[in-house]
Amino acid sequence: MSRAAVPGESSRPAEGEGARSYLDHAATSPLSGAALAAMVDTGPVANPASVHTAGRHARALLDDAREQIAALLGVRPLEIILTSGGTEADTLALMGAGGTGQVGISAVEHAAIAGLGAPHLLGSRVRLLPVDSDGVVDPSAIATLDHPSLVSVMTVNNETGVVEPVAECAQAAHRAGALLHTDAVQGLGHLSLDLADRGVDLASFSAHKIGGPVGIGALWVRRGVRVEAVAAGGGQEAGVRSGTQQVALARGFAAALAQAQGELADRLERWHRLRERLVTAARRIEAVAVDGGDHVSEAICHLSVAGARGDDMQLLLDARGIDCSTGSACHAGVSAPSQVMLAMGRTPTEASSCLRFSFGPATSMAEIDRLTAILPGVVDRARAVR
Amino acid sequence: MRVLAAMSGGVDSAVAAARLVAAGHDVTGVHLALSRTPLAYREGSRGCCSLEDSFDARRAADRLGIPFYVWDFSQRFAEEVIHPFIDEYRAGRTPNPCLRCNERIKFAAVLERGMDLGFDAVATGHYARLDATGDLTRMYRAIDPGKDQSYVLAVLNQDQLSHCLFPLGDSLKTDVRAEAARLGLSVADKPDSYDICFIPDGDTPGWLTDQLGEQTGEFRDETGTVVGHHDGYHHFTIGQRRGLHLGTPAADGRPRYVLDIEPVSNTVTVGPGEDLEVHHLEAIRPVWCSAAPGASWRGQVQVRAHGTPVGCRVQIAPGGVRIDLETSLRGVAPGQAAVLYDGDLVIGSATICGTDRAGTDIAHAGQPGVDGALR
Repeated sequence: MSRAAVPGESSRPAEGEGARSYLDHAATSPLSGAALAAMVDTGPVANPASVHTAGRHARALLDDAREQIAALLGVRPLEIILTSGGTEADTLALMGAGGTGQVGISAVEHAAIAGLGAPHLLGSRVRLLPVDSDGVVDPSAIATLDHPSLVSVMTVNNETGVVEPVAECAQAAHRAGALLHTDAVQGLGHLSLDLADRGVDLASFSAHKIGGPVGIGALWVRRGVRVEAVAAGGGQEAGVRSGTQQVALARGFAAALAQAQGELADRLERWHRLRERLVTAARRIEAVAVDGGDHVSEAICHLSVAGARGDDMQLLLDARGIDCSTGSACHAGVSAPSQVMLAMGRTPTEASSCLRFSFGPATSMAEIDRLTAILPGVVDRARAVR
Repeated sequence: MRVLAAMSGGVDSAVAAARLVAAGHDVTGVHLALSRTPLAYREGSRGCCSLEDSFDARRAADRLGIPFYVWDFSQRFAEEVIHPFIDEYRAGRTPNPCLRCNERIKFAAVLERGMDLGFDAVATGHYARLDATGDLTRMYRAIDPGKDQSYVLAVLNQDQLSHCLFPLGDSLKTDVRAEAARLGLSVADKPDSYDICFIPDGDTPGWLTDQLGEQTGEFRDETGTVVGHHDGYHHFTIGQRRGLHLGTPAADGRPRYVLDIEPVSNTVTVGPGEDLEVHHLEAIRPVWCSAAPGASWRGQVQVRAHGTPVGCRVQIAPGGVRIDLETSLRGVAPGQAAVLYDGDLVIGSATICGTDRAGTDIAHAGQPGVDGALR
């Protein structure tokens, strides 16, 4: 991907010569041309909740997008609640369908789920399900919960890319009398979801991880599962999510999803080759480990680099034309040790020594080759930093 | 040159970075997160580690088109600056945390990390001049006497100074603000920071009370007579007049000042202003900014950030320096830095351990249980 394609780059002057590589698609995969065209093509529209002609026109465009998204996911249109993004979908699922019992979540959930354990939200009703050293949750731990209402286990971890055993967790949750929610934000467009086959009851999605616009996502709620509103308003989405519906963003989401699903086989095949190349090169560097074990998203490669700070490696790579992530949480620009890595049994130092590379639809082998050429030197340099 | 520009979020460091960019250097901005619990906004005063400051620094970097990162030095800052600050007050001394931060964080931890990452120098918006001739980098006062910050930089040694850039040393503050406005930097009108950055409301005594607790102690006059009570010696600094709240007036009706502080007995000695006058300083842990000076020489000494320098004779002694003042100074407290000058040239600095009124001499400095004055 060329530098100019990255959002915000146009406001920044070019720094020297040479192409940059954007390898942080798990953060945001920049808007695809198809999604942009679908949004621009929407034109000026009325409020889709209005009953007049202009409103009905907007509503029709919105529901065209809803039907397209549902069809691509293999679910029913009215099971799709459009939200402002993955975070809101997660909140709606856990707060709105979490009942009154315990809510079991994996110890490696995104902050949008993990943060719901705050005292003024779900508080002590939230119970953590432990993970192994690869970050894989143990489904048998669900049986130890006391009258759980809901269990939430992510489809793909956003840092390591590890694929969680969602189907096994769903079985265990149902045996315990609980619903199963999955945060599928990093799964959508990156693997075959098979929501119904895997026994999932609710699933969260975000458009901007697959080249759709930022500002829209969805909660899929299997028919028959009850969700209560968690915020007041007009109840425009299924009576539980309020706020004026975003027609243009919904169309952008649908277009991006259509492209992602249509190209999924090709993308997976290419990402597999890119990842293999990167993994092989990384393992040649002394004391560099590839995290996540055997069952990992093809689009994410997470490295633990002993003796180097993630921040330092990121700065050095940035200066050499590579945009990537340290994989750890970020508060006001300050990185903290990754909670995911800590849950996997790493020390705070180890949990601050990571790099995450994530691929997009146009990531090329040439970019990976350039990365693997500079990575050993960057690791050496970062290891020498006091 | 690859330059790491430390950007506090203020106008000075933003203009310093802008000048380096304009001069063709490869500049990367870095904002230091020093507080564990940054406040979004401050009431009344300004420090240098609020979320607003981080935002302002980033927006300045955006404007300049340079890479920008936030580095978390909060743990080291707590260990190297905040905890020693508390310990110094506990020992009855009056520390300057800005010098300590420059010595241990900005021009040590940050400089080291920058050099290790491949940068050639660290730049800040401090007002001081550097002159590198041959192998030697000399530091001079800034040309703007109202802004000169050489005092808080006098803890830097040759190794540190040789990797520093202070692009504002030859400028007047008013010109720097005008330049910021011309460059479209939103911080052009931002007020300067004066307070201790980790005491957000500026209430140092209140903050110290939270750290050290309150314990009733006695005010005594120079004859040893108890003249009042206080909530703890750490509320006071030598030379202080306001806030003593002494119940009974002095016999002669003249104002009384804090003359000495004895932590062990929690006693604060008060007396008339003329008894604050000191003529001799003893100071430990000297740092020579460039070459070590001779064993004895005449120069000037300054004992606070915006204090007036006075002529002095300096003698190097084992473990420190002895300074005889040609003009007496008032309100000099152990813990303050004595910065030595030869005109505008900064020779070095040392930490005052005693005066002819309070504290201890070089030979006894740092020994527990010794806090008698050199009378």
